[in-house]
Amino acid sequence: MQFKAMILDNAEVSPGYFRMRMTAPPEILTAQPGQFVMVRVNPSIDPLIRRPFGVFDVGVQQPGYTGAAAQPYLEILYRVVGKGTAMLATLHNTDLLDIIAPLGTGFDFGPAGEEKLIVGGGVGLAPLYLLAKELVKQSPVRLFAGGRTKDDVLCITEFERLGVECYTATEDGSLGECGFVTKVLEQRLDCTANQGRIFACGPHGMLQAVAGIAARRKVPCQVSLEGYMACGVGACLGCVCEGAGHSADTPDYRCVCSEGPVFEATELKWEGA
Amino acid sequence: MQPDLSVEIAGLKLRNPVMTASGTFGYGEEFSQYVNLETIGAFVTKGLSLKPRAGNPTPRIVETPGGMLNAIGLQNVGIEAFIQKKVPFLRTVNTPAIANFFGYTPEEYAELATRLDTIPEVAALEVNISCPNVKQGGIVFGTDPSCAASVVKACRAATSKPLIVKLSPNVTDIVEMAQACEGEGADALSVINTLTGMAIDLERRRPVLANVTGGLSGPAIKPVALRMVWQVSKAVKVPVIGIGGIMSASDALEFMLAGATAVQVGTASFVNPGAAQEIAQGMERWLIDHGVDDVRSLIGALQA
Repeated sequence: MQFKAMILDNAEVSPGYFRMRMTAPPEILTAQPGQFVMVRVNPSIDPLIRRPFGVFDVGVQQPGYTGAAAQPYLEILYRVVGKGTAMLATLHNTDLLDIIAPLGTGFDFGPAGEEKLIVGGGVGLAPLYLLAKELVKQSPVRLFAGGRTKDDVLCITEFERLGVECYTATEDGSLGECGFVTKVLEQRLDCTANQGRIFACGPHGMLQAVAGIAARRKVPCQVSLEGYMACGVGACLGCVCEGAGHSADTPDYRCVCSEGPVFEATELKWEGA
Repeated sequence: MQPDLSVEIAGLKLRNPVMTASGTFGYGEEFSQYVNLETIGAFVTKGLSLKPRAGNPTPRIVETPGGMLNAIGLQNVGIEAFIQKKVPFLRTVNTPAIANFFGYTPEEYAELATRLDTIPEVAALEVNISCPNVKQGGIVFGTDPSCAASVVKACRAATSKPLIVKLSPNVTDIVEMAQACEGEGADALSVINTLTGMAIDLERRRPVLANVTGGLSGPAIKPVALRMVWQVSKAVKVPVIGIGGIMSASDALEFMLAGATAVQVGTASFVNPGAAQEIAQGMERWLIDHGVDDVRSLIGALQA
């Protein structure tokens, strides 16, 4: 659906990272973890194309004033990387945005009771919070959050409040384990003899490493991808990624926006795999 | 009084002049949630080839100021899957569907035209001539008048449906191309396809698109498109369909003043999936506000 959203909050949660809450129609509550939204940053022609963001959270809030109706909301978590996100970061409460949501195919939760291993790198945590919120209802959940520095590890408190056991790793050692988050993930898989199910979102290099670990240890793994896209509904075909069987002679492209953004890691082609 | 927005392209009656452009609207179904297809004049489906095509490596698209570059590489399901999987949807919509198609030899174009001619759900054919001619060293059909003419001639012999030719703007003289196509029996001309461009990543010292170059679309190309529609419509008798950066009803009406009988909305559908419908509604409002009772009175009414 397409709707006008009013910004309720747009706070810098860590240097360069913003968490934005906006109003949404009640249908937003049907958004599945892993789905995304397309945001038109402003009504002008520059920037022209919508920006895709994972759904960080949806819910209903009760406004503070007497007699107010409960307000369904949508949250996104974004990093300022270019022109569009820089403009988003300057917006204030009561500013309006044009949103298309929810889009794409979300995560498959898998059976209840098994351990769920959520792996996020930097702003890749964005679509994983709503996932954790759903998974804690049925399973023990562990989060492995990585980043370059402690500033790139976001919203850990929110995950902890859900009852998720959180592990962190930073490349400079400023928070948690020093090194890549995959090291911590492997330590956990060593302890449990490769039990559980992995859900990952983050930079391509991290996803590739996670997919490799999952393949070697035979752990089911889903990844959520990013792509340059114009439409978000499977029409422009700009955002394709390579399927497992892809080669120059036998091309196998999958549309990130409509077939994904969540894929089974085994469905995709990974360099060096 | 309700103004009359209907127009006619080679016998094809449209309830209003607004169509969607090929490659920006999938096969119609992708947008059916956002647009009431029965509020627009027609929709043009993604360019078809004889065999399915996987398209180019990524990145395939990049935003540029006021526009975007794409090098999708003509990814499409192929004529066979189109007939099996996409045509059933066209049957459910009471709006003409126009099939866009392309080939690499005049014979391929003719074969596609022959097959599309037999599909009752396809109201008209739009030929994309911005493709390399593999038999003549890869020269783009649409950049050489005799190559373009050979394609139109082959298609004309293969179909009795309205035949629209989509012209490439990447030429020195678009009028010459338009006349060559009209001369071989084109019923209408779509003006224009994307302008070839490129974007560079300074820090990596590399082109942004994997294909290096791509087609520029969006509001950035509107002035070029208006100029070409104006030139072509003065030089040919067949109707011209104006395309290029149309984002609003006023953009669409400007194209009609320049000589277009109808328009196609492309990149705008990516930005706002309901764009085509909103533009058609906006045109009606403009006509009411300005006391114009027939949209056809605007065609070529530019005072220049």
